[in-house]
Amino acid sequence: MNRAVAATTATVAGLFLMLALKPHQTPAAAAAPPAGSAPSGSPSGTPSAPEHDRTSGTFTGDTISTARGPVQVRVTLVKGRLTTIAVLKGEHDEGASAHAVPRLTQEALAAQSAKIDAVSGATFTSQGYISSLQSALDRAND
Amino acid sequence: MTEPGAVRHAEHAMGTVFSFDIRGAPTRAVTRALADAVAWLHRVDEVFSTYRPGSQISRLGRGELTEQQCDPEVAEVLELCRAAARSSDGWFSATPGGRLDPSAVVKGWAVERASQLLHDAGARHHSINGGGDIQTRGEAAPGQPWQIGVAHPLCPGDLTTVVTGRDLAVATSGTAERGPHILNPRTDRPATDLASITLVGRHLTEVDTLATAAFAMGDAAREWLRSLDGIEAFAVTADAQAWWTPGFAAYGWCPAGQ
Repeated sequence: MNRAVAATTATVAGLFLMLALKPHQTPAAAAAPPAGSAPSGSPSGTPSAPEHDRTSGTFTGDTISTARGPVQVRVTLVKGRLTTIAVLKGEHDEGASAHAVPRLTQEALAAQSAKIDAVSGATFTSQGYISSLQSALDRAND
Repeated sequence: MTEPGAVRHAEHAMGTVFSFDIRGAPTRAVTRALADAVAWLHRVDEVFSTYRPGSQISRLGRGELTEQQCDPEVAEVLELCRAAARSSDGWFSATPGGRLDPSAVVKGWAVERASQLLHDAGARHHSINGGGDIQTRGEAAPGQPWQIGVAHPLCPGDLTTVVTGRDLAVATSGTAERGPHILNPRTDRPATDLASITLVGRHLTEVDTLATAAFAMGDAAREWLRSLDGIEAFAVTADAQAWWTPGFAAYGWCPAGQ
């Protein structure tokens, strides 16, 4: 498994922790392990090439021990884009009980190269649009 | 990155902004349809605005016009409102606070109609975002579904989930932008259980209307939404918890994973 994929599974595991944390805990407490210490995982797919931005396949990260218990994720990359995340081990259920609100920061989205096409939210005013994420998307693609 | 030849356009109307995103090289018919769609939004604003004393809706509300004297679209929208009130057991109301105001139907309906204009002109792959309520058609790029971020209602600038799919409608009702403004029709007071609720389905007219009803309903919407075919939901409560319908994971990214 190449380092980029290992880093991706570690980042996703860290992100999952952040999502699962209660709101009174700060996101910093849930930071992913540094990429340098990222555990390697076992690829169950076939990486197409070692270039980190073109990799395709399904990868299972190592289980990471955390204060909230073990966490393991499986991610699918298509040409380096993260398309699917499955939590194999960790604090999750079927939404049957209340969860802390997931939070995807700009940094987390950038780390995953998540490509957002549009943003849904409570109706903004013309004034509110100016500082909205949708406005940033509209400008970025002009 | 936008595909080469893609068209982006942002249009101010109805007190918000409509963002058009048409993928693929535009034909003349598509360019014309975009102009028609923009003109349509302004016409809807003129007819349905509750902020303009001279709009047909304002005059109808004051009893100066009858429904029959209005444009045919007025009857169409009022019928949609009546249907929504029935199917939501009264949680949707076209007269919140006792005043005629079908705004909760109008925007989603206008966007879906604009989307149909583009589609009929050959724009098979596009997205229109009406101030946060989105109708997509087709996909973002060949083999690549649309990815719609859902704004985090408690952390401005962040997202709380990402909804992925083709031919999706996504609507969010919440207090983040305009404060508590959706009335609980049973109490005529602002609904306060939820910070926001996002509904995912196929047609924005339906999805947007249901989102308003679900927001008014609050936490009780959870059971009701499960009974609706083709609709999934993700909610953030006012006390910073999240819940979602069982099928939401098929579209959305959430801690439940797959």
